[in-house]
Amino acid sequence: MNVEVTPLPGIGVRKDFAIQAGRRVGVVTHKDGQTELIVSKSDDPDACLASLPLTGDEASALANLLGAPQLVAQLTEEHRDLPGINTKQLPIRPSSPFDGRTLGDTSLRSRTGVSIVAVMRAGQAIPSPTPDFTFTAGDMLVVVGTAEGISKARDILIDD
Amino acid sequence: MRSFSRLACSGVWPARSACPPIPLYLVGGLAFGQGGAIELDNIHEFTEIASEIGVVLLLLLLGLEYSAAELVTGLRRSWMAGVVDIVLNCTPGVVIALLLGWGPVGAIVMAGVTYISSSGIVAKVLSDLGRLGNRETPVVLSVLVFEDLAMAVYLPILTAVLAGVSFLGGLTAIGIALIVITVVLVGALRYGRFVSALVDSPDREVFLLKVLGAALLVAGIASAMQVSAAVGAFLLGIAISGSTAENAARILEPLRDLFAAMFFVVFGLNTDPRTIPPVLGAALILAVVASATKVATGWWAARQQGVARMGQARAGAALIARGEFSIVIAGLGAASGAVPPDLVALATAYVLLMAVIGPIAARTVEPIARAVFIRSRLTPART
Repeated sequence: MNVEVTPLPGIGVRKDFAIQAGRRVGVVTHKDGQTELIVSKSDDPDACLASLPLTGDEASALANLLGAPQLVAQLTEEHRDLPGINTKQLPIRPSSPFDGRTLGDTSLRSRTGVSIVAVMRAGQAIPSPTPDFTFTAGDMLVVVGTAEGISKARDILIDD
Repeated sequence: MRSFSRLACSGVWPARSACPPIPLYLVGGLAFGQGGAIELDNIHEFTEIASEIGVVLLLLLLGLEYSAAELVTGLRRSWMAGVVDIVLNCTPGVVIALLLGWGPVGAIVMAGVTYISSSGIVAKVLSDLGRLGNRETPVVLSVLVFEDLAMAVYLPILTAVLAGVSFLGGLTAIGIALIVITVVLVGALRYGRFVSALVDSPDREVFLLKVLGAALLVAGIASAMQVSAAVGAFLLGIAISGSTAENAARILEPLRDLFAAMFFVVFGLNTDPRTIPPVLGAALILAVVASATKVATGWWAARQQGVARMGQARAGAALIARGEFSIVIAGLGAASGAVPPDLVALATAYVLLMAVIGPIAARTVEPIARAVFIRSRLTPART
């Protein structure tokens, strides 16, 4: 992917790239750290159809939504030869009892047999998190296990 | 203190209307003081100092917005557009000054007044209209960067000319200005962190006093060297970089707004509103011509960067707005007493027009350009 980085003197930096549908998609990062999501118009590629200001939390939530399915799809592909093994994404919601607690506290593996193979946070995949890894609301867990185990794990993460 | 309540009124309204406050400050100032509804006595000493601080802060904050690296890359990328900009937009000012018989000094002042776009208004309009992600926006911004750097060379020349120095003295001023700018740019690129460390402080109050003190000190030294106080502050702003610059900008912004507002009001107070109607015709012609030359500049600059027709039109319209610097230049002229009052009146009327026309043009350019493009498509193609 060819991401074009353009300095905007006095304002910040624009990073964007052309998608296959022909438009440009990217972000404008202001000097004060504020982010704007930009999407170009279809009839005028120089102009922007939308220029949406995002808070830090919103930007990282969007990054997780976009990034996690890719990771899940990739892992599913790798486990294709093992019938019965599923890869799913489970979110840590603000209401979750594990918001602010560690992976070890969930005892997920001993209770359900499910493994957390990665955590998506702020658009970045953190692979193989250790038991002392602390969850925060907005994290997206990528888990591997049986369908039954994953369904139990989902219940545990939503309500203890 | 009536002017301040009036000032407060002028400040509140634009916050909601997205119209730049500069014309309102000017009108607020014109309404009072010299030739206005109420003469204000005994405020001269205070307002003169306040408006001087206003100019220093205006330029300091402008310098803080840019890092030296940004300026150097901007200069490298846009110098051709910058030269086109100077040629096209100084010419209307020079021509009208010579036509009205204001001589070479008047021509130099008017060249600056018609040349420089208001980076404050332009950046605000681009951000309000959601055009920061547009392809033509970096072109517009780099033209503004070039203009701001050009000011660092122009203001010392202006100061020297207004002080009535000889040709040799003028050349010396240009020489000193160029050397100082080069030293500051190179210094800020290499050793910017030392300057930042010098003024930085974890304590908010100490930090504020250090930055403000440094700005006034550098401005004073620059003024004593005949390089213009404003340029000294601008160069200091460039030299301060990184997080120090961001913090300084955040702390100084309300002070800048306050003192810059005073500067505009004082400029208005010192201008007799009765001098404006006689020059209104000339101001209107100048506004039309200077809008056209800015559109042409933006058009050309955007075209060079491979932006399509609609983007070229947007870039041109975005650059029309003139504001704070035209008033700074006219204010320097007025303070020196070397220019006729008519020139100050013309500059005031011109800025009042351009600060309003600019944002409106930027908003309405797309439908207008579309109509023009469609019409040009309907007319039979030349074969």
